[in-house]
Amino acid sequence: MNGRLTLLTAGRVLRQIRGDHRTVALMLVVPCVLIGLLAWIYASTPAVFDHIGPALLGVFPFVVMFVVTSVATLRERTSGTLERLLSTPLGKGDFMAGYALAFGAMAVLQALVATAFAVWVCGLDVAGPVWLLVVVAVADAVLGTALGLLASGFARTEFQAVQFMPAFVLPQFLLCGLLVARDAMPDLLRWVSDVLPLSYAVDAMKTITASSDALGDVGKDLVVIVGWIVLALVLGSLTLRRRTP
Amino acid sequence: MVNKSYAVEVDQLRVSRGGRVVIADLSVRIPTGQVVGLLGPSGGGKSTFIRALVGVQVVESGTVTVLGQPAGSPDLRHRVGYVTQSPSVYADLSVEDNVRYFGRVLGAAEAAVQEAIDLVDLRAHAHDRVENLSGGQHSRASLACALVGRPELLVLDEPTVGLDPVLRRDLWDLFGRLAAEGTSLLVSSHVMDEATRCDRLLLMRSGAFLADTTPAQLLLETGTPDAETAFLALIDRAEATTRSGAGGGSAA
Repeated sequence: MNGRLTLLTAGRVLRQIRGDHRTVALMLVVPCVLIGLLAWIYASTPAVFDHIGPALLGVFPFVVMFVVTSVATLRERTSGTLERLLSTPLGKGDFMAGYALAFGAMAVLQALVATAFAVWVCGLDVAGPVWLLVVVAVADAVLGTALGLLASGFARTEFQAVQFMPAFVLPQFLLCGLLVARDAMPDLLRWVSDVLPLSYAVDAMKTITASSDALGDVGKDLVVIVGWIVLALVLGSLTLRRRTP
Repeated sequence: MVNKSYAVEVDQLRVSRGGRVVIADLSVRIPTGQVVGLLGPSGGGKSTFIRALVGVQVVESGTVTVLGQPAGSPDLRHRVGYVTQSPSVYADLSVEDNVRYFGRVLGAAEAAVQEAIDLVDLRAHAHDRVENLSGGQHSRASLACALVGRPELLVLDEPTVGLDPVLRRDLWDLFGRLAAEGTSLLVSSHVMDEATRCDRLLLMRSGAFLADTTPAQLLLETGTPDAETAFLALIDRAEATTRSGAGGGSAA
C-alpha cells in the first residue's frame, strides 16, 4: 500500500460524488427525513424515540453507504476502469482504502447533519455525549462501505449488487437487538448476533442513550466494529484480481 | 536470452476463456520502435492476445516477455500503456480530471497531463464531462489516460473503431509520431485498410497468425492489390492446406 496512491484515489472518488448533486442530496437528506418520520410516529411517547432514535442513527448510514459503495465499485468493474487501474502501479489495498477514505469523509458529513437534525430539530435526548453519537455513526458508515466493497466482489450485475443489500444487511438488522433484545433471543441466534458487527453498533448507541459515562463500553464496541472494517477490506481486496480468466 | 530489440516475445502461448481454447500455441516477436498492426476478424483472439501481453489475462501455458520482463511484472506497470476496446474512463469526471488521475497514479507531472490532452486533440473539451462527449471523443479521452504515462510500449485494442475517416487518419498520424520518438506500439483493428499505416503486420485468425510481415511484403507475396484481398487470399490458402490433409499445420 502507498499513502499517496490511496489519497489520490480517495480524491478522485470524492470528485465523482461531488459532481453528482442528487446523490449528495440523497445521502444528507434521506437520514434526516427518516429520523423526522420516526420522531413524528412517536410524538406522543418521546421516551420511545429517545430509545430507538440513536440506534437508527447508527443503522441508516450503514445501509446507505453499503448500497452506494457496492454500486460504485461494481461500476468500476463493468466499465473496465478497475482492470485498467490494476494494470498500473496502483495496489489493491490503495483501491480499497481510497474508497473507504472517501466514503468515510462523506459519512462524517452525513453523521453531522443527521445527528444535528435529530438533537436540535427532533429533540432527541441522550444521557451520553452527543459527539460520541457522531463517532459511532461514522464508524457504522465506514463499516457499511467496507462490507459494500466486499459484497460487490461477488456481484456480476447491478441487479445482484442491489440484492446483496437485503442479503447482507437485513439479517444483521433483525439480529442487532433493535426489534428483540439480544438476551431474549434463542441461543443460536444470540451467538450469531454476537459475531455480527451491526449488533455492536446498536449496543454502542444504546449505551450512549442510557449512560452519561459511556466512553469505556462504547470504546470496546468500536474496537469490534473497526476490526470488522479491517477484515472486510482485506477480504474485499482478495476478491480483486489483476489477472482474470 | 532476452533481446533488447524486441518489445514483446511470446513463446508457445496457450489461453482458454470460458472453457474454449482461444489461443492454442502462439509464438511471435514484436520489434521495438514500430507501429505493429494486429489485424483480423472479431472473435479471432486479438483482445485475448493483448490481455495476455499486458498481464491481465490468466494464461494456461507458455511465456510472454514484455520489455525484457515477464508480462504483468510490477516494474512493467509504469512502462506499458493499455487502452481497452471499450473506453475505460470515469464518465462522470471531466477529461482533464480523468487524465490527471491516471497520470498521477503513473507518476506523471502536470505538464504531461496537458500534453496528453493536446495529443488527442481534446483541448476544447478538457473541462467537459466524458459522458457528454461523442463516442470518438470518449475513446480519445481513454487514449490520453494511457499516453499521459509516456509508456515505452503502448497497446491499443481497436482504438479507431467507430471513428470517422478524418479522426482515424489523425490517430494513425499520432501513432506514427510516437513510434518515431521511440515508443513501441501494438494496435489492433478489424479494418483491413488500416494495414497500410503500420510498419509491420500480424494477421490473426482463430487464435493463430496467418502472417507476420510488412505491408509491402504482404501484397508482394499474395500478389493482391490491397490488404483486404491479401487477407482473404491467405485464408483461402490456409483452408486449402488444412483440407489437403496437412494435419493441422500452420500456413503462415
